Amino acid sequence: MNMPSHTISVLVRNKPGVLVRVALVFARRGYNIDSLVVSPVLDSEFSRMTITCTGDPSTLDQIIKQLFKLIDVVRAIDHTGQSVIEKEIALIKVRCPAESRTGILQIAEHFRGTTVDFGHESLILQIAGGSDKIDHVLGLLQPFGIVDLVRTGKILMARGADKT
Amino acid sequence: MDKKIPNGAEVIIQSLIREGVEYVFGYPGGAAIPLFDALVDHPQIKLVLVRHEQGATHMADGYARATGKPGVVLVTSGPGATNTVTGILTAQMDSSPIIVLCGQTISPMLGKDAFQEADVTGITYPVVKHSFLVKSANELPRVMKETFHIATTGRPGPVLLDLPKDVTSSPCTAPFVDSVDLPGYEIPGVPEQASLAKAAECLSRSRRPVLMVGHGAVIAGAGKAITQLAEKLQAPVVTTLLGKGAVSEDHALHLGMVGMHGTAYANKAVMNCDLIFAIGSRWDDRIVGKLAEFCPTATRMHLDIDPAEFGKIIQPDVCMTGDARRGIEALLPQVEKLDTAEWVKQCGAWRKQYPLRYGKQGGLKAQHVLEEMDRIARGKAIVTTDVGQHQMWAAQFCRSTFNRSWISSGGAGTMGFGFPAAIGAQLGCPDKPVWAVVGDGGFQMTLCELATAALQKTPVKILIINNNYLGMVRQWQELFFDNRYSGVDMVGNPDFVKLAEAYGVKAFRIRRPGDVRRVLKQAAEYNDGPCLIDAEVVKEDNVFPMVPAGAGFKDMLIERPKQKMAKPTGST
Repeated sequence: MNMPSHTISVLVRNKPGVLVRVALVFARRGYNIDSLVVSPVLDSEFSRMTITCTGDPSTLDQIIKQLFKLIDVVRAIDHTGQSVIEKEIALIKVRCPAESRTGILQIAEHFRGTTVDFGHESLILQIAGGSDKIDHVLGLLQPFGIVDLVRTGKILMARGADKT
Repeated sequence: MDKKIPNGAEVIIQSLIREGVEYVFGYPGGAAIPLFDALVDHPQIKLVLVRHEQGATHMADGYARATGKPGVVLVTSGPGATNTVTGILTAQMDSSPIIVLCGQTISPMLGKDAFQEADVTGITYPVVKHSFLVKSANELPRVMKETFHIATTGRPGPVLLDLPKDVTSSPCTAPFVDSVDLPGYEIPGVPEQASLAKAAECLSRSRRPVLMVGHGAVIAGAGKAITQLAEKLQAPVVTTLLGKGAVSEDHALHLGMVGMHGTAYANKAVMNCDLIFAIGSRWDDRIVGKLAEFCPTATRMHLDIDPAEFGKIIQPDVCMTGDARRGIEALLPQVEKLDTAEWVKQCGAWRKQYPLRYGKQGGLKAQHVLEEMDRIARGKAIVTTDVGQHQMWAAQFCRSTFNRSWISSGGAGTMGFGFPAAIGAQLGCPDKPVWAVVGDGGFQMTLCELATAALQKTPVKILIINNNYLGMVRQWQELFFDNRYSGVDMVGNPDFVKLAEAYGVKAFRIRRPGDVRRVLKQAAEYNDGPCLIDAEVVKEDNVFPMVPAGAGFKDMLIERPKQKMAKPTGST
């Protein structure tokens, strides 16, 4: 069954164990976390978690409430459907025999990627942007042979006066 | 070390004194020795030395439920700490404020499989309201303040402290604090006026209202306000298992307990109401039964301090976030008397038509024993129960008339809870008689606390409803599993009277219906320490009414069905 994807940002106290407490809320209710980014905010006492997850939408409301109940969670916002800036970076290692290099580099250039490593057998591209853009680039590079892939996971920020 | 600088353990014990703690329920061990050492200098905190750490948690829980004050547990690391997990779950499920102080191996050895090391913080994440792993003695004054604040405010719950031995042993130079720093923690108070106005409007249209009173009403002390509301509206009241006592069950508008083993008339009222108002209840599955059939056309109103309860099971039409007492008090002036004369009459007719009853012939009946106990205890005593048939019979036949007079493990359904909880309740309320109604199965899970009760001379009355069976499971096997009894025969039970006497505890036996009143009276009058009453009731009897798990109220069984029953679809 295809479940919809959601992006949630959670502002937490920067305390040991808070990640486990947050993860348990998802795990117990059968929600799969697809990506999770944890990073400090301006005030080092707090951290931001940006969580992309898939699951039944009616359960999500309960998950948000249960997250908010955690003492170390200051706020939890579901940004699904909201106008937000979303970004992600991918490092993609692609096989690059001489005959395919031009094709790979054309794709990289078109999507404003950078070549961050260049070897005889493979090169590494860095692509930044929306997650769908990265998915698209990966599709284009597939025929050349993708050796390895690391994605940062999605981060987002609400526009204007909206809180993240 | 400068003698004037206290160590971490000393600061913890001083914090307990500052918070007004009278009792610590504990069991020592290597990693907890500094804490036990600090207790020596502070005799105003009385140590109740238990016989098993699970018992300590239930005692603290019983103390908390009887008094409204937090119960404190002190145990050592590893197995000492893991033995508290059942008690912590019990407290979490029923929103009971207990504080569990666990010794821990020294912090440089954390994660290295040291002797008696267990990641107790990790093990208990899903069953605590909050927990702290303390890494430095100077954190302790703030952590202790926050622990008590979190455990006792909002929706109460258990808080665990994981206390490495080097932290409790090292000097603490930080001062005590009176404020907390918890930016992610909000305590709801009075519900928003818009939600109250909407509730008042819905009530004004109702002709068949029911107030469903839960544990939140007990915790908030909302009973008086709810009684006033019921009287003003002329609305019948039902309670959940844990809501018993908030509103006196002797009140004419009170229909008793609702749910799987609730009274038929309470369930009929809920089935037929046009408005149900849950006050501090989480719509437990043993109340709701089959979701699709639960009050499908009635307006559902929900007042709760925990907004995560809105829509978790039932999607309410009106949600009020706040304290049950303050919410009802704010609602009271906004409502008028309703035209419910017909409805109240109808509920009274159901009460006459489907009274609680049991066969008086054929041996000693649990219901008879409990009815007599209620006659002696009502209005004066605190009743605790274990889990199973005796619990449901007690809920039906013991009428709770004042707040915090009924203590039972509801959410977790923890066998072994009743007796230690009674010890805690008795210590918290020395002036009230305390009856622990237990089964022969559950009692054996924590009976080692007979030593604790004897030592403390707590005059708890342990009433064993002894049918030599795990009766509730046996009932399910009889009704739904073709009488295929499996693992329910308590063959090998001890002679409970002799067992009590071995602990120096006074004991009585009831074998015949004719003995019930006389023996219970004797037990009630015995106050020189605990006593035990072994009531040898008929082996095979069933609790009715019964709504099979996962079924709708319309499928309620008033008596034993003649036909074969399908296996229940609900979980428990």
